[in-house]
Amino acid sequence: MSRIQTVFQRLQADGRKALIPFITAGFPEPALTLPLMHALVEGGADVIELGVPFSDPMADGPTIQRASECALAQGMSLRKLLGIVRSFRAEDDDTPVVLMGYANPIEAMGTDAFVAEARAAGVDGVLVVDYPPEECVSFARAAKAAGLDPIFLLAPTSTEQRFADVAAAGSGYIYYVSLKGVTGSGKLDINEVARRIPRIRAAVGMPVGVGFGIRDAESARRIGAVADAVVIGSRVIEEIEQSPRDEAAARVTAFMRGIREALDAIEPATGVKS
Amino acid sequence: MADMPYQFPDAGGHFGPYGGVFVAETLMPALAELREAYAACQADPAFMAEFEYELKHYVGRPSPIYHARRWSETLGGAQIYLKREDLNHTGAHKVNNCIGQALLARRMGKPRVIAETGAGQHGVATATVAARYGMECVIYMGVEDVKRQAANVYRMKLLGATVVPVDSGSKTLKDAMNEAMRDWVTNVADTFYIIGTVAGPHPYPLLVRDFQTVIGRECLVQMPELTGRQPDYVIACVGGGSNAMGIFHPYLDTEDVRLIGVEAAGEGLDTGRHAAPLTANARPGVLHGNRTYLMQDEDGQIVETHSISAGLDYPGVGPEHAWLKDSKRAEYVAATDAEALQAFHDLCRYEGIIPALESSHALAHAARLAPTLPRDKILLVNLSGRGDKDMHTVAERSGIQF
Repeated sequence: MSRIQTVFQRLQADGRKALIPFITAGFPEPALTLPLMHALVEGGADVIELGVPFSDPMADGPTIQRASECALAQGMSLRKLLGIVRSFRAEDDDTPVVLMGYANPIEAMGTDAFVAEARAAGVDGVLVVDYPPEECVSFARAAKAAGLDPIFLLAPTSTEQRFADVAAAGSGYIYYVSLKGVTGSGKLDINEVARRIPRIRAAVGMPVGVGFGIRDAESARRIGAVADAVVIGSRVIEEIEQSPRDEAAARVTAFMRGIREALDAIEPATGVKS
Repeated sequence: MADMPYQFPDAGGHFGPYGGVFVAETLMPALAELREAYAACQADPAFMAEFEYELKHYVGRPSPIYHARRWSETLGGAQIYLKREDLNHTGAHKVNNCIGQALLARRMGKPRVIAETGAGQHGVATATVAARYGMECVIYMGVEDVKRQAANVYRMKLLGATVVPVDSGSKTLKDAMNEAMRDWVTNVADTFYIIGTVAGPHPYPLLVRDFQTVIGRECLVQMPELTGRQPDYVIACVGGGSNAMGIFHPYLDTEDVRLIGVEAAGEGLDTGRHAAPLTANARPGVLHGNRTYLMQDEDGQIVETHSISAGLDYPGVGPEHAWLKDSKRAEYVAATDAEALQAFHDLCRYEGIIPALESSHALAHAARLAPTLPRDKILLVNLSGRGDKDMHTVAERSGIQF
């Protein structure tokens, strides 16, 4: 069983929700990424989404754009990122790592080489924002065959047909984008999310994580009540931005603990059974 | 293959390995809606009739073809003919596409249009049609371009548009496109994104091409009237490549007409400071919703490009051009900043026409090619826009400050 499946099964058995933080690799400096990953786990992360910086992050808001530019300016690359995952894996064999980014850096490495090298480094899943299922049939198949879960997005605009397309192409979990917009925006409609999640979960037969727009314990708690996982990205990056470098890891752990406690306080009964 | 009619893109928007729909999930349904709406418009004679009416009465089409006799004489070889897109309302070919997309937006019930712009020509054309049809209009423009093109920024504001300066990345056209995509993702229910070139996710490369083919369709009729036959060469500049696709496409099945796209060689292909992904054989990749030849580094990061002409200063190129290069139906070459400037000055002095710096790249290649050919050969150059917007850039190069 994959690390991602193991985590979701364990959480489900315990009646808990997955907490999935996102950080951009190489931000605020490449040497801090590994300690920040450990700090996320210490604060209660179940899965880590590690952003692959790209020069043209079209689906991201200003916070993650800034983080990507900062990481690239310091020479961060997909290869260096895989080296960081390898180091992380040597010390933590349990926490799944999902890479999130855009198609071009992966295509520049070569999709086959990427799948092999990511797997060898200990990566568990990959979410390519600008690879909808219809444009990555062979990539998703190769990733799955190698044990790398291809994770896809669904959005408020997605049709039932797209639920089915994503279910066929993906594995691991589904990432539901909770609003129409870019990462870090503030227009989260929790009632809309609550209405959509059960239908999506039934259609895709996988755990459903929700992200884009979750900023604090309260929004995490309300989303966690209906979803299987809560993804927090821009808010974690902001926490890092606002910290002195030598305090960033501790601040991230403290921030994560607040979210973790909110999620663990959810009564199992209010969650929707999958 | 040779006797098969040209039928690209396929249903998924692919031109061979290029094109496609590489966007985040949020936009997929919006693109599907756009494809359906566009198909319905194509099948609707009333839509096409209104489009043609607007092109005739608002834009001033058909644009003439002009024999540049004195310049041809001076160059001493083939005869150069100019397709005068510079005479269109707003001064370039861009408006053809903007009218088509604005009519589409109106039919889809979208009251708000957005666009990206580099030099400002597409922004001005979009602001123009938004005023014409009473739509809210927001234009994204890189901070660097806002500085370089102050007059066009003012034009857009006069026309009622909001101009949003984009401060991310290289602060130029590609970043303006990123920001427009972000706006579209956020406001997809009431907003229509008017993309200015034959790039972006399917169906944009298709519909922009279709709206621009009015250029080539007119040429097919005008050239025999004027010269008794079709040209030997059709030459157009290529940034994203919409004016080139507009004039090339109707000629694709006429195999003895050679099609030449001219990219921006900037300071020279060997300097790396250029915007010529096709000519330089850049590695294909994925950007702005489609797969195409891309200026990128080893890690797949998009690199900054350079051209004296803001309209050609883009790291990618429309996916259909990538396909025409691979299939060898069109040839791609590049002209440097210096060559384009020389052609710019020559056209001013020999023909009394001030061309856009973008179009000057096509003229520069015509000037290289014409002297190598006999006098009875015919070159048709797409003069895609007028150069009034470039006064500042050209004067600065000559050491003149206004």
